[in-house]
Amino acid sequence: MMELLSTRLYYFVAFLLLGVGAYMLIGNANLVKKVIGMNVFQTGIFLFFIVAAFVDGASPPLLTAPAPYVSPLPHVLILTAIVVGVSLTAVALGLVVRIYHEYGTLDEESIERVMDRD
Amino acid sequence: MTDLPALLVAAPILGSVMVLLVGLVRERTGWPITVVASAVQVGGAFALAALAFGDEPVRYVVGGYTAPFGIELVVDGISATMVALIAFVSLGILGYARRAGPRSNTFYATYLLLVAGLTGMSLTGDVFNMYVFLEITGLAAYALVATGDGGEAALAALKYLLVGTVGASLFLLGVGYAFVATGTLNMADLATQLEVVGYGSPLVQAAFGLLVVGLFVKIAVFPLHTWQPDAYANAADSVSALISALVSTVAAYALVRIVFTVFTVDFLIENEFARTVLVAGAVVSIVVGSVLAVTQRDLKRMLAYSSISQFGLVVGAVAVVNGTALTGAMIHLVGHGIMKGGLFLTCGLIATATGARTVDEYEGLVERLPVGAGAFAVLALAMVGVPPAVGFVGKWYIALGAVEAAAWPLAVVILASTLLTLAYFARVLERMFFREPTAPATDAETPERTAKGEVAADGTGPNPGPDPAAVSAGMRATVVAAAVLAVVLGLAAFEYGQLLQPTIERLLA
Repeated sequence: MMELLSTRLYYFVAFLLLGVGAYMLIGNANLVKKVIGMNVFQTGIFLFFIVAAFVDGASPPLLTAPAPYVSPLPHVLILTAIVVGVSLTAVALGLVVRIYHEYGTLDEESIERVMDRD
Repeated sequence: MTDLPALLVAAPILGSVMVLLVGLVRERTGWPITVVASAVQVGGAFALAALAFGDEPVRYVVGGYTAPFGIELVVDGISATMVALIAFVSLGILGYARRAGPRSNTFYATYLLLVAGLTGMSLTGDVFNMYVFLEITGLAAYALVATGDGGEAALAALKYLLVGTVGASLFLLGVGYAFVATGTLNMADLATQLEVVGYGSPLVQAAFGLLVVGLFVKIAVFPLHTWQPDAYANAADSVSALISALVSTVAAYALVRIVFTVFTVDFLIENEFARTVLVAGAVVSIVVGSVLAVTQRDLKRMLAYSSISQFGLVVGAVAVVNGTALTGAMIHLVGHGIMKGGLFLTCGLIATATGARTVDEYEGLVERLPVGAGAFAVLALAMVGVPPAVGFVGKWYIALGAVEAAAWPLAVVILASTLLTLAYFARVLERMFFREPTAPATDAETPERTAKGEVAADGTGPNPGPDPAAVSAGMRATVVAAAVLAVVLGLAAFEYGQLLQPTIERLLA
């Protein structure tokens, strides 16, 4: 178990982040914290890809460096995924601002109470 | 090699930018530009479809990097069908949106972006590329839902965003697993490499699970549907129609792609459990979706739950794994797109003209608004599966496929789904045609509604006061055209099934 933990530490962290993110997303009543949870969740996946690309003792994927190289492809994929993540966060926060203007609170339960009253 | 596949993705994006730029100079220019862009899209889509329904799929290498290293666009019968459906439905809904709104230029820019995202999802032959288009589609859809009126729409959009992002992220994680297992992202290459790794490998099985669950969220299969009813019910009517007709449909297409092109039939044969999950998702969706639809008072909410049940049928067809059911799935995807889009537009038309939005308010509607009631009845009966409408043909093929495969529990549920569909539509039809209109319950709310109507005068609100004059000829024509199409397509569906044969055989090979 300890050996597995030491050799696969980054994978454990990646999945820990997934768990933490999912918990925040579901368990938190505050809408901004939900968005943060979503970000943590995505970060877990980013880390998973980057770890998968790593090769022990390899050099960066540059022609001037000696072989073997780490895989450059996951880095490129994650760059794209980060851009997607940033756009999602922007849209989410935009919606949060609008919700705040409308209801005067960011607490999910209070918003539901306001909606029921209407 | 033709450049059409790449152009079909690029053109709407270009149109979207054009709408924004021209919008800086002149307001209210979004609609005409979007119409031109959509018309071009329809032309291109049908030209591409003419090429793609052959023995060989059309392939396009992006940027000169050949597959499996670069991104490849692959167009076969089912992707061409999707592209044509997307182009056609998005053009049709414009006829409705002109008067009904939303009318801002940003709305039309997002509208075209959604078309681009959906088209990209349908055309791509690369799983990571599919993820990117999935997110573009998602982003555009979240923004479109938020164009609805008031805080509810924003809240529904945020909920959609959070749940949808988790779904797309799971899809991405699945792509990661498949990539770790094989080192490739190209769909055709993945199919061969995954077989080399072995379908029993936990890595491959996990990749399948994550990809499928991610897409289940996007399709809105029960119990991952929670975003969907709020989003459909609170969006503006044109947006509800567009999203219900296309977004889940293309996600279902992606499921077909992932299951049959990437993992292939052999994977399903080797992993009985994977098939069980698909069957379970389908059965639960069909039954629970229908039951929830019966209990709804709000019409748009009822239609939303109806979608969950109808997509259960499509997932069921995927689980059956034979050519007949898969043909049925494609016909039902197209048919459902037309019928459900049409139903949402009809609901919008009825709400605009009479203010009726709940099942009870539909009492005696046929006297107040014969066109709306008639179109609703035709579309509802088509959805139930009354021959010769397209809803019948799709369900017929799927049921026949289930019987051929001797998947009896599924076959029973699919046949029962017709009755379940009837259960929630009969309620509305009975009120529309066989009851006297009660004293209009909407009168009490009229002052409030009119106040809202003034705010919504630029067409951004879904709830303007009841006003028959607000219904344009374009809105009527779109609704009637949808109803006519739902019947006419049923007549053409058998020929379409024949046309699809080479593609289906390749998928199941």
